[in-house]
Amino acid sequence: MKPSRNTAPESPPVAGRRATALSVICLSFLSLFVVAVLTLLATAFRYEYLTFGIFKDIITSPNILHAMTVSIVSSLITLMLVIVFAITAGYALSRYRFPGQAILDTIADVPLLLPPVVVGLLLLIFFAYEPGRSIEHQMYTWTGFTMHSMVGIVLCQFLISASYAIRSAKSAYDSVDRRLEQVALSLGCTDLQAFGRVTLPLARNGLIAGAIMAWARAIGVFGPLIVFVGTSVRVRTLPTVIYLELSIGKEQVSLAVAIVMVAIASVALAIVHWLAPGRKWS
Amino acid sequence: MLNVHKLGFSVGGFELQDISLRVEPREYFVLMGATGSGKSLLIKSVCGLLRSKTGRIMIDGRDVTDLPPRLRSVGYVPQDSCLMPHLNVLRNVTFALEVAGKSKATAANEIKHVVDSLGIESLLDRSPVNLSGGERQKVALARALASKPKLLLLDEPVSALDEPTRREICAVLYRVQREFGVATIHVCHSRQEAAAVHDRLGVMSQGRLVQAGTLDELTENPADQAVRRLLCPPISETI
Repeated sequence: MKPSRNTAPESPPVAGRRATALSVICLSFLSLFVVAVLTLLATAFRYEYLTFGIFKDIITSPNILHAMTVSIVSSLITLMLVIVFAITAGYALSRYRFPGQAILDTIADVPLLLPPVVVGLLLLIFFAYEPGRSIEHQMYTWTGFTMHSMVGIVLCQFLISASYAIRSAKSAYDSVDRRLEQVALSLGCTDLQAFGRVTLPLARNGLIAGAIMAWARAIGVFGPLIVFVGTSVRVRTLPTVIYLELSIGKEQVSLAVAIVMVAIASVALAIVHWLAPGRKWS
Repeated sequence: MLNVHKLGFSVGGFELQDISLRVEPREYFVLMGATGSGKSLLIKSVCGLLRSKTGRIMIDGRDVTDLPPRLRSVGYVPQDSCLMPHLNVLRNVTFALEVAGKSKATAANEIKHVVDSLGIESLLDRSPVNLSGGERQKVALARALASKPKLLLLDEPVSALDEPTRREICAVLYRVQREFGVATIHVCHSRQEAAAVHDRLGVMSQGRLVQAGTLDELTENPADQAVRRLLCPPISETI
Protein backbone atom coordinates (compact mmCIF):
# COMPACT_ATOMS: atom_id res chain seq x y z
CA MET A 1 0.00 0.00 0.00
CA LYS A 2 1.33 3.39 -0.93
CA PRO A 3 2.01 5.70 1.98
CA SER A 4 -0.46 8.55 2.08
CA ARG A 5 0.88 12.11 1.76
CA ASN A 6 -0.64 14.97 3.68
CA THR A 7 1.36 17.79 2.15
CA ALA A 8 0.52 19.63 -1.03
CA PRO A 9 2.77 18.95 -4.02
CA GLU A 10 5.45 21.63 -4.44
CA SER A 11 4.18 22.62 -7.85
CA PRO A 12 1.17 21.59 -9.93
CA PRO A 13 1.76 19.15 -12.80
CA VAL A 14 2.43 21.16 -15.95
CA ALA A 15 3.02 18.76 -18.82
CA GLY A 16 0.41 16.33 -20.04
CA ARG A 17 0.23 14.36 -23.29
CA ARG A 18 -1.46 17.26 -25.03
CA ALA A 19 1.33 19.67 -24.04
CA THR A 20 3.95 17.20 -25.25
CA ALA A 21 2.16 16.70 -28.58
CA LEU A 22 1.88 20.45 -29.10
CA SER A 23 5.58 20.92 -28.28
CA VAL A 24 6.55 18.22 -30.79
CA ILE A 25 4.42 19.82 -33.54
CA CYS A 26 5.89 23.28 -32.85
CA LEU A 27 9.46 21.99 -32.73
CA SER A 28 8.97 19.98 -35.94
CA PHE A 29 7.71 23.08 -37.71
CA LEU A 30 10.66 25.10 -36.41
CA SER A 31 13.06 22.32 -37.33
CA LEU A 32 11.87 22.44 -40.97
CA PHE A 33 13.09 26.02 -41.23
CA VAL A 34 16.39 25.35 -39.49
CA VAL A 35 17.02 22.20 -41.54
CA ALA A 36 16.24 24.08 -44.77
CA VAL A 37 18.72 26.84 -43.95
CA LEU A 38 21.44 24.39 -42.85
CA THR A 39 20.93 22.24 -45.98
CA LEU A 40 21.21 25.30 -48.18
CA LEU A 41 24.45 26.35 -46.52
CA ALA A 42 25.89 22.81 -46.50
CA THR A 43 25.06 22.35 -50.17
CA ALA A 44 26.55 25.68 -51.12
CA PHE A 45 29.81 25.04 -49.29
CA ARG A 46 30.04 21.30 -50.15
CA TYR A 47 29.94 21.79 -53.90
CA GLU A 48 32.23 24.79 -53.66
CA TYR A 49 29.49 26.93 -55.04
CA LEU A 50 30.37 29.22 -52.18
CA THR A 51 33.67 28.56 -50.43
CA PHE A 52 34.82 30.35 -47.30
CA GLY A 53 37.35 32.23 -49.43
CA ILE A 54 34.69 33.45 -51.85
CA PHE A 55 32.37 34.28 -48.96
CA LYS A 56 35.10 36.35 -47.29
CA ASP A 57 35.95 38.14 -50.56
CA ILE A 58 32.31 38.99 -51.15
CA ILE A 59 31.50 40.35 -47.74
CA THR A 60 34.68 42.42 -47.63
CA SER A 61 34.19 43.98 -51.06
CA PRO A 62 33.68 47.80 -50.94
CA ASN A 63 30.12 47.70 -52.30
CA ILE A 64 28.97 45.10 -49.77
CA LEU A 65 30.79 46.84 -46.91
CA HIS A 66 29.11 50.09 -47.90
CA ALA A 67 25.70 48.42 -48.02
CA MET A 68 26.41 46.82 -44.66
CA THR A 69 27.34 50.23 -43.22
CA VAL A 70 24.20 51.86 -44.66
CA SER A 71 22.05 49.03 -43.29
CA ILE A 72 23.57 49.09 -39.82
CA VAL A 73 23.74 52.90 -39.46
CA SER A 74 20.23 53.48 -40.78
CA SER A 75 18.74 50.68 -38.69
CA LEU A 76 20.47 51.98 -35.54
CA ILE A 77 19.14 55.51 -36.17
CA THR A 78 15.70 53.97 -36.74
CA LEU A 79 16.11 51.98 -33.53
CA MET A 80 16.80 55.12 -31.50
CA LEU A 81 13.75 56.87 -32.95
CA VAL A 82 11.62 53.77 -32.42
CA ILE A 83 12.72 53.43 -28.78
CA VAL A 84 11.77 57.03 -27.95
CA PHE A 85 8.51 56.75 -29.87
CA ALA A 86 7.49 53.33 -28.55
CA ILE A 87 8.29 54.13 -24.90
CA THR A 88 6.06 57.22 -24.97
CA ALA A 89 3.32 56.07 -27.37
CA GLY A 90 3.11 52.62 -25.77
CA TYR A 91 2.73 54.23 -22.34
CA ALA A 92 0.02 56.61 -23.55
CA LEU A 93 -1.93 53.77 -25.18
CA SER A 94 -1.58 51.58 -22.11
CA ARG A 95 -2.28 54.10 -19.35
CA TYR A 96 -4.44 56.93 -20.62
CA ARG A 97 -7.99 57.03 -21.88
CA PHE A 98 -8.58 59.84 -24.38
CA PRO A 99 -10.95 60.62 -27.26
CA GLY A 100 -9.96 58.78 -30.43
CA GLN A 101 -7.76 56.31 -28.56
CA ALA A 102 -9.30 53.30 -30.30
CA ILE A 103 -8.62 54.91 -33.69
CA LEU A 104 -5.00 55.70 -32.77
CA ASP A 105 -4.57 52.19 -31.42
CA THR A 106 -5.78 50.81 -34.75
CA ILE A 107 -3.64 53.20 -36.80
CA ALA A 108 -0.58 52.06 -34.86
CA ASP A 109 -1.26 48.55 -36.14
CA VAL A 110 -1.82 49.45 -39.81
CA PRO A 111 1.83 49.03 -40.89
CA LEU A 112 1.74 45.50 -39.43
CA LEU A 113 -0.96 44.56 -41.91
CA LEU A 114 -0.01 46.62 -44.97
CA PRO A 115 2.33 44.96 -47.47
CA PRO A 116 5.66 46.84 -47.05
CA VAL A 117 5.76 47.77 -50.73
CA VAL A 118 2.46 49.62 -50.27
CA VAL A 119 4.09 51.74 -47.56
CA GLY A 120 6.79 52.65 -50.09
CA LEU A 121 4.19 53.51 -52.70
CA LEU A 122 2.25 55.70 -50.25
CA LEU A 123 5.46 57.55 -49.33
CA LEU A 124 6.34 58.01 -53.00
CA ILE A 125 2.94 59.52 -53.73
CA PHE A 126 2.94 61.65 -50.56
CA PHE A 127 6.29 63.28 -51.39
CA ALA A 128 5.45 63.68 -55.08
CA TYR A 129 2.62 66.13 -54.33
CA GLU A 130 1.88 68.89 -51.84
CA PRO A 131 2.43 69.11 -48.91
CA GLY A 132 5.04 66.33 -49.11
CA ARG A 133 6.95 68.09 -51.91
CA SER A 134 7.30 71.28 -49.84
CA ILE A 135 8.39 69.28 -46.79
CA GLU A 136 11.13 67.59 -48.81
CA HIS A 137 12.14 70.93 -50.33
CA GLN A 138 12.38 72.58 -46.89
CA MET A 139 14.38 69.65 -45.58
CA TYR A 140 16.78 69.93 -48.53
CA THR A 141 17.17 73.68 -47.93
CA TRP A 142 17.99 73.21 -44.23
CA THR A 143 19.98 69.98 -44.24
CA GLY A 144 21.03 69.23 -47.82
CA PHE A 145 19.26 65.85 -47.68
CA THR A 146 16.54 64.67 -50.06
CA MET A 147 14.37 61.65 -49.46
CA HIS A 148 16.69 59.61 -51.71
CA SER A 149 19.23 59.41 -48.92
CA MET A 150 19.65 58.01 -45.41
CA VAL A 151 16.62 60.10 -44.39
CA GLY A 152 14.34 58.20 -46.77
CA ILE A 153 15.77 54.85 -45.66
CA VAL A 154 15.20 55.70 -41.99
CA LEU A 155 11.67 56.93 -42.74
CA CYS A 156 10.79 53.64 -44.48
CA GLN A 157 12.36 51.54 -41.74
CA PHE A 158 10.64 53.56 -39.03
CA LEU A 159 7.18 53.23 -40.58
CA ILE A 160 7.58 49.48 -41.03
CA SER A 161 9.13 48.67 -37.66
CA ALA A 162 7.66 51.15 -35.15
CA SER A 163 4.38 49.22 -34.87
CA TYR A 164 6.20 46.16 -33.51
CA ALA A 165 7.88 48.18 -30.79
CA ILE A 166 4.71 50.12 -29.89
CA ARG A 167 2.67 46.92 -29.62
CA SER A 168 5.37 45.26 -27.54
CA ALA A 169 5.78 48.34 -25.30
CA LYS A 170 2.02 48.55 -24.73
CA SER A 171 1.91 44.88 -23.70
CA ALA A 172 4.88 45.38 -21.41
CA TYR A 173 3.25 48.39 -19.72
CA ASP A 174 -0.10 46.56 -19.49
CA SER A 175 1.62 43.81 -17.52
CA VAL A 176 2.83 46.28 -14.87
CA ASP A 177 0.30 46.65 -12.04
CA ARG A 178 -0.86 50.25 -12.08
CA ARG A 179 -1.21 50.23 -8.31
CA LEU A 180 2.57 49.95 -8.01
CA GLU A 181 2.78 53.39 -9.63
CA GLN A 182 0.15 54.70 -7.21
CA VAL A 183 2.13 53.37 -4.25
CA ALA A 184 5.26 55.01 -5.66
CA LEU A 185 3.38 58.32 -5.88
CA SER A 186 2.33 57.99 -2.24
CA LEU A 187 5.96 57.30 -1.33
CA GLY A 188 7.15 60.63 -2.67
CA CYS A 189 7.62 60.07 -6.41
CA THR A 190 6.60 62.51 -9.10
CA ASP A 191 4.85 60.95 -12.12
CA LEU A 192 8.17 60.85 -13.96
CA GLN A 193 10.01 59.29 -11.00
CA ALA A 194 7.30 56.64 -10.62
CA PHE A 195 7.73 55.85 -14.31
CA GLY A 196 11.52 55.70 -14.05
CA ARG A 197 11.75 53.80 -10.76
CA VAL A 198 8.84 51.38 -11.12
CA THR A 199 7.20 51.13 -14.55
CA LEU A 200 10.30 51.23 -16.73
CA PRO A 201 12.32 48.61 -14.80
CA LEU A 202 9.34 46.25 -14.67
CA ALA A 203 8.54 46.72 -18.37
CA ARG A 204 12.21 46.66 -19.34
CA ASN A 205 12.42 43.15 -20.78
CA GLY A 206 9.34 43.64 -22.95
CA LEU A 207 10.61 47.01 -24.15
CA ILE A 208 14.03 45.64 -25.07
CA ALA A 209 12.52 42.62 -26.80
CA GLY A 210 10.23 44.93 -28.79
CA ALA A 211 13.13 47.20 -29.72
CA ILE A 212 15.21 44.27 -30.96
CA MET A 213 12.30 42.92 -33.00
CA ALA A 214 11.84 46.40 -34.47
CA TRP A 215 15.55 46.64 -35.28
CA ALA A 216 15.59 43.21 -36.93
CA ARG A 217 12.53 44.26 -38.95
CA ALA A 218 14.14 47.59 -39.87
CA ILE A 219 17.39 46.08 -41.13
CA GLY A 220 15.39 43.70 -43.34
CA VAL A 221 13.15 46.34 -44.97
CA PHE A 222 13.26 45.99 -48.74
CA GLY A 223 10.04 46.73 -50.65
CA PRO A 224 9.56 50.37 -49.60
CA LEU A 225 13.24 51.13 -50.25
CA ILE A 226 13.09 49.86 -53.83
CA VAL A 227 9.93 51.87 -54.50
CA PHE A 228 10.64 55.06 -52.53
CA VAL A 229 14.39 55.52 -52.05
CA GLY A 230 15.75 53.78 -55.15
CA THR A 231 18.75 51.58 -55.84
CA SER A 232 21.65 53.97 -56.38
CA VAL A 233 24.89 52.79 -54.80
CA ARG A 234 24.88 55.24 -51.88
CA VAL A 235 21.41 54.17 -50.67
CA ARG A 236 21.81 50.42 -51.13
CA THR A 237 21.10 48.32 -48.07
CA LEU A 238 21.81 44.60 -47.66
CA PRO A 239 18.33 43.46 -48.80
CA THR A 240 18.58 45.76 -51.84
CA VAL A 241 21.96 44.22 -52.69
CA ILE A 242 20.52 40.69 -52.46
CA TYR A 243 17.79 41.63 -54.94
CA LEU A 244 20.06 43.52 -57.35
CA GLU A 245 22.79 40.85 -57.41
CA LEU A 246 20.22 38.12 -57.92
CA SER A 247 18.61 40.04 -60.77
CA ILE A 248 21.93 40.05 -62.68
CA GLY A 249 22.62 36.38 -61.99
CA LYS A 250 25.15 36.70 -59.18
CA GLU A 251 23.57 34.16 -56.83
CA GLN A 252 26.82 33.70 -54.92
CA VAL A 253 26.86 37.33 -53.80
CA SER A 254 23.18 37.19 -52.91
CA LEU A 255 23.70 34.04 -50.89
CA ALA A 256 26.71 35.45 -49.04
CA VAL A 257 24.78 38.58 -48.08
CA ALA A 258 21.80 36.44 -47.14
CA ILE A 259 24.01 34.43 -44.78
CA VAL A 260 25.12 37.65 -43.11
CA MET A 261 21.48 38.67 -42.68
CA VAL A 262 20.47 35.27 -41.31
CA ALA A 263 23.29 35.56 -38.78
CA ILE A 264 22.13 39.04 -37.75
CA ALA A 265 18.51 37.87 -37.41
CA SER A 266 19.55 34.80 -35.42
CA VAL A 267 21.52 36.87 -32.93
CA ALA A 268 18.60 39.28 -32.58
CA LEU A 269 16.14 36.44 -31.98
CA ALA A 270 18.45 34.80 -29.46
CA ILE A 271 18.57 38.07 -27.50
CA VAL A 272 14.78 38.46 -27.68
CA HIS A 273 14.34 34.91 -26.42
CA TRP A 274 16.78 35.53 -23.60
CA LEU A 275 14.88 38.66 -22.61
CA ALA A 276 11.44 37.03 -22.81
CA PRO A 277 9.04 38.76 -20.38
CA GLY A 278 8.85 37.03 -17.02
CA ARG A 279 12.17 35.27 -17.47
CA LYS A 280 14.04 37.38 -14.94
CA TRP A 281 11.43 37.36 -12.17
CA SER A 282 10.19 33.81 -12.62
CA MET B 1 -5.11 65.65 12.29
CA LEU B 2 -7.31 64.80 9.29
CA ASN B 3 -10.28 66.96 8.51
CA VAL B 4 -12.34 66.10 5.45
CA HIS B 5 -15.02 68.67 4.72
CA LYS B 6 -17.93 68.04 2.36
CA LEU B 7 -15.84 65.95 -0.02
CA GLY B 8 -17.54 64.90 -3.23
CA PHE B 9 -16.60 63.46 -6.61
CA SER B 10 -17.74 60.87 -9.11
CA VAL B 11 -15.86 58.02 -10.74
CA GLY B 12 -17.43 56.00 -13.53
CA GLY B 13 -21.00 56.80 -12.50
CA PHE B 14 -20.36 56.21 -8.76
CA GLU B 15 -20.56 59.27 -6.52
CA LEU B 16 -19.07 60.13 -3.16
CA GLN B 17 -21.35 62.73 -1.67
CA ASP B 18 -20.70 65.36 0.99
CA ILE B 19 -18.31 63.33 3.09
CA SER B 20 -17.16 65.03 6.27
CA LEU B 21 -14.79 63.21 8.58
CA ARG B 22 -12.40 64.02 11.42
CA VAL B 23 -9.58 61.81 12.59
CA GLU B 24 -7.76 62.98 15.72
CA PRO B 25 -3.99 62.78 16.24
CA ARG B 26 -2.86 59.25 17.23
CA GLU B 27 -6.37 57.94 16.61
CA TYR B 28 -7.04 54.55 14.97
CA PHE B 29 -10.11 55.14 12.83
CA VAL B 30 -11.72 52.18 11.09
CA LEU B 31 -13.78 52.81 7.97
CA MET B 32 -16.33 50.08 7.33
CA GLY B 33 -18.88 49.47 4.63
CA ALA B 34 -20.15 46.87 2.23
CA THR B 35 -18.29 46.22 -1.01
CA GLY B 36 -18.82 49.14 -3.39
CA SER B 37 -19.76 51.61 -0.68
CA GLY B 38 -16.89 53.95 -1.60
CA LYS B 39 -14.37 53.25 1.20
CA SER B 40 -11.38 52.74 -1.07
CA LEU B 41 -12.31 55.76 -3.19
CA LEU B 42 -12.35 57.91 -0.07
CA ILE B 43 -8.96 56.57 1.01
CA LYS B 44 -7.50 57.20 -2.45
CA SER B 45 -8.92 60.68 -2.42
CA VAL B 46 -7.33 61.44 0.97
CA CYS B 47 -4.08 59.98 -0.38
CA GLY B 48 -4.29 62.25 -3.44
CA LEU B 49 -4.55 59.46 -6.00
CA LEU B 50 -8.01 60.72 -6.97
CA ARG B 51 -8.89 64.40 -7.19
CA SER B 52 -12.13 65.55 -5.54
CA LYS B 53 -14.59 67.84 -7.34
CA THR B 54 -15.86 69.55 -4.23
CA GLY B 55 -14.85 69.88 -0.58
CA ARG B 56 -11.54 70.28 1.24
CA ILE B 57 -9.04 67.90 2.80
CA MET B 58 -6.85 69.18 5.66
CA ILE B 59 -3.97 67.15 7.06
CA ASP B 60 -2.25 68.45 10.18
CA GLY B 61 -3.86 71.87 9.67
CA ARG B 62 -2.67 72.15 6.06
CA ASP B 63 -5.02 72.26 3.09
CA VAL B 64 -3.81 69.43 0.84
CA THR B 65 -6.87 69.25 -1.45
CA ASP B 66 -4.93 70.29 -4.55
CA LEU B 67 -1.58 68.77 -3.61
CA PRO B 68 -0.16 65.61 -5.25
CA PRO B 69 0.28 62.51 -3.04
CA ARG B 70 3.99 63.13 -2.44
CA LEU B 71 3.29 66.44 -0.69
CA ARG B 72 0.54 65.16 1.63
CA SER B 73 2.69 63.27 4.15
CA VAL B 74 0.57 60.13 4.03
CA GLY B 75 1.59 56.48 4.11
CA TYR B 76 -0.53 54.18 1.96
CA VAL B 77 -0.83 50.39 2.25
CA PRO B 78 -3.01 48.89 -0.50
CA GLN B 79 -4.99 45.69 -0.24
CA ASP B 80 -2.43 43.12 -1.32
CA SER B 81 0.64 45.07 -0.26
CA CYS B 82 1.85 45.93 -3.79
CA LEU B 83 5.54 45.49 -3.06
CA MET B 84 7.89 46.33 -5.92
CA PRO B 85 8.83 42.91 -7.35
CA HIS B 86 12.08 44.18 -8.88
CA LEU B 87 13.45 45.42 -5.53
CA ASN B 88 14.37 43.34 -2.49
CA VAL B 89 12.64 43.93 0.84
CA LEU B 90 15.28 46.40 2.04
CA ARG B 91 14.96 48.52 -1.13
CA ASN B 92 11.18 48.38 -0.80
CA VAL B 93 11.30 49.67 2.76
CA THR B 94 13.83 52.39 1.94
CA PHE B 95 12.04 53.35 -1.29
CA ALA B 96 10.60 56.65 0.00
CA LEU B 97 13.90 57.66 1.59
CA GLU B 98 15.84 56.95 -1.60
CA VAL B 99 13.31 58.96 -3.59
CA ALA B 100 13.90 61.80 -1.12
CA GLY B 101 17.57 61.70 -2.11
CA LYS B 102 19.05 59.87 0.89
CA SER B 103 21.94 57.50 0.33
CA LYS B 104 21.36 53.76 0.69
CA ALA B 105 23.43 53.67 3.89
CA THR B 106 21.56 56.59 5.50
CA ALA B 107 18.21 55.12 4.44
CA ALA B 108 19.12 51.69 5.83
CA ASN B 109 20.07 53.35 9.12
CA GLU B 110 16.85 55.35 9.32
CA ILE B 111 14.56 52.34 8.88
CA LYS B 112 16.20 50.39 11.70
CA HIS B 113 13.53 51.29 14.23
CA VAL B 114 10.64 50.35 11.91
CA VAL B 115 12.34 47.11 10.89
CA ASP B 116 12.99 46.14 14.52
CA SER B 117 9.48 47.00 15.56
CA LEU B 118 7.92 44.85 12.83
CA GLY B 119 10.47 42.05 13.22
CA ILE B 120 11.42 41.86 9.56
CA GLU B 121 15.23 42.01 9.83
CA SER B 122 15.55 38.45 8.52
CA LEU B 123 13.56 39.35 5.40
CA LEU B 124 15.59 42.34 4.23
CA ASP B 125 17.67 40.50 1.63
CA ARG B 126 14.78 38.48 0.24
CA SER B 127 12.67 39.13 -2.83
CA PRO B 128 9.05 40.12 -2.10
CA VAL B 129 7.96 37.40 -4.52
CA ASN B 130 9.00 34.74 -1.98
CA LEU B 131 7.26 36.20 1.08
CA SER B 132 4.08 34.92 2.72
CA GLY B 133 0.97 37.12 2.79
CA GLY B 134 1.57 38.18 6.40
CA GLU B 135 5.23 38.98 5.74
CA ARG B 136 4.29 41.03 2.71
CA GLN B 137 1.84 43.11 4.73
CA LYS B 138 4.47 43.74 7.43
CA VAL B 139 6.93 44.89 4.77
CA ALA B 140 4.28 47.12 3.16
CA LEU B 141 3.56 48.63 6.58
CA ALA B 142 7.27 49.21 7.21
CA ARG B 143 7.58 50.85 3.79
CA ALA B 144 4.67 53.19 4.53
CA LEU B 145 6.03 54.08 7.99
CA ALA B 146 9.64 54.58 6.88
CA SER B 147 8.99 58.10 5.61
CA LYS B 148 7.37 59.04 8.96
CA PRO B 149 3.96 59.99 7.55
CA LYS B 150 1.49 62.04 9.56
CA LEU B 151 -1.42 59.90 8.41
CA LEU B 152 -1.44 56.18 7.65
CA LEU B 153 -4.00 54.83 5.18
CA LEU B 154 -4.60 51.07 5.23
CA ASP B 155 -6.86 49.86 2.43
CA GLU B 156 -8.16 46.44 3.52
CA PRO B 157 -4.70 45.44 4.72
CA VAL B 158 -5.65 41.97 5.95
CA SER B 159 -8.56 41.00 3.72
CA ALA B 160 -6.42 38.72 1.54
CA LEU B 161 -5.02 36.79 4.53
CA ASP B 162 -6.18 33.62 6.27
CA GLU B 163 -7.85 33.94 9.66
CA PRO B 164 -4.87 33.24 12.01
CA THR B 165 -2.59 35.54 9.98
CA ARG B 166 -5.33 38.17 9.89
CA ARG B 167 -5.51 38.16 13.71
CA GLU B 168 -1.72 38.30 13.96
CA ILE B 169 -1.42 41.23 11.55
CA CYS B 170 -4.28 43.11 13.25
CA ALA B 171 -2.40 42.80 16.54
CA VAL B 172 0.77 44.05 14.83
CA LEU B 173 -1.11 46.98 13.26
CA TYR B 174 -2.58 48.02 16.61
CA ARG B 175 0.75 47.75 18.44
CA VAL B 176 2.73 49.59 15.78
CA GLN B 177 0.10 52.33 15.48
CA ARG B 178 0.31 52.91 19.22
CA GLU B 179 4.12 52.79 19.17
CA PHE B 180 4.53 55.26 16.30
CA GLY B 181 1.53 57.36 17.34
CA VAL B 182 0.48 57.95 13.74
CA ALA B 183 -3.16 58.75 13.00
CA THR B 184 -4.56 55.85 10.99
CA ILE B 185 -7.52 55.07 8.76
CA HIS B 186 -8.07 51.36 8.31
CA VAL B 187 -10.59 50.20 5.70
CA CYS B 188 -12.31 46.87 6.31
CA HIS B 189 -15.67 45.15 6.23
CA SER B 190 -15.30 42.79 9.15
CA ARG B 191 -16.74 43.64 12.56
CA GLN B 192 -14.16 41.40 14.29
CA GLU B 193 -11.30 43.13 12.50
CA ALA B 194 -12.65 46.55 13.42
CA ALA B 195 -13.16 45.54 17.05
CA ALA B 196 -9.54 44.37 17.26
CA VAL B 197 -7.97 47.68 16.32
CA HIS B 198 -10.33 50.63 16.42
CA ASP B 199 -10.58 53.73 18.58
CA ARG B 200 -13.52 54.95 16.52
CA LEU B 201 -15.18 53.72 13.42
CA GLY B 202 -17.26 55.09 10.59
CA VAL B 203 -19.69 53.28 8.31
CA MET B 204 -20.08 54.10 4.65
CA SER B 205 -22.99 53.19 2.44
CA GLN B 206 -23.68 54.13 -1.18
CA GLY B 207 -21.04 56.84 -1.27
CA ARG B 208 -22.01 58.49 2.03
CA LEU B 209 -20.47 58.37 5.48
CA VAL B 210 -23.59 57.31 7.36
CA GLN B 211 -22.38 57.28 10.96
CA ALA B 212 -19.20 57.57 13.01
CA GLY B 213 -18.48 56.77 16.66
CA THR B 214 -17.25 53.96 18.88
CA LEU B 215 -18.31 50.41 18.15
CA ASP B 216 -20.58 50.40 21.20
CA GLU B 217 -22.27 53.65 20.17
CA LEU B 218 -22.90 52.40 16.65
CA THR B 219 -24.05 49.00 17.79
CA GLU B 220 -26.48 50.45 20.33
CA ASN B 221 -27.85 53.19 18.07
CA PRO B 222 -27.32 52.29 14.43
CA ALA B 223 -28.27 55.21 12.19
CA ASP B 224 -29.83 53.05 9.49
CA GLN B 225 -30.20 49.57 8.06
CA ALA B 226 -26.72 49.62 6.48
CA VAL B 227 -25.05 50.19 9.85
CA ARG B 228 -27.32 47.64 11.53
CA ARG B 229 -26.55 45.00 8.88
CA LEU B 230 -22.83 45.58 9.17
CA LEU B 231 -22.47 45.80 12.95
CA CYS B 232 -25.43 43.87 14.34
CA PRO B 233 -25.68 40.77 12.14
CA PRO B 234 -28.42 38.27 12.96
CA ILE B 235 -27.36 35.50 15.34
CA SER B 236 -27.49 32.93 12.53
CA GLU B 237 -24.90 34.94 10.50
CA THR B 238 -22.67 35.38 13.55
CA ILE B 239 -22.70 31.63 14.14
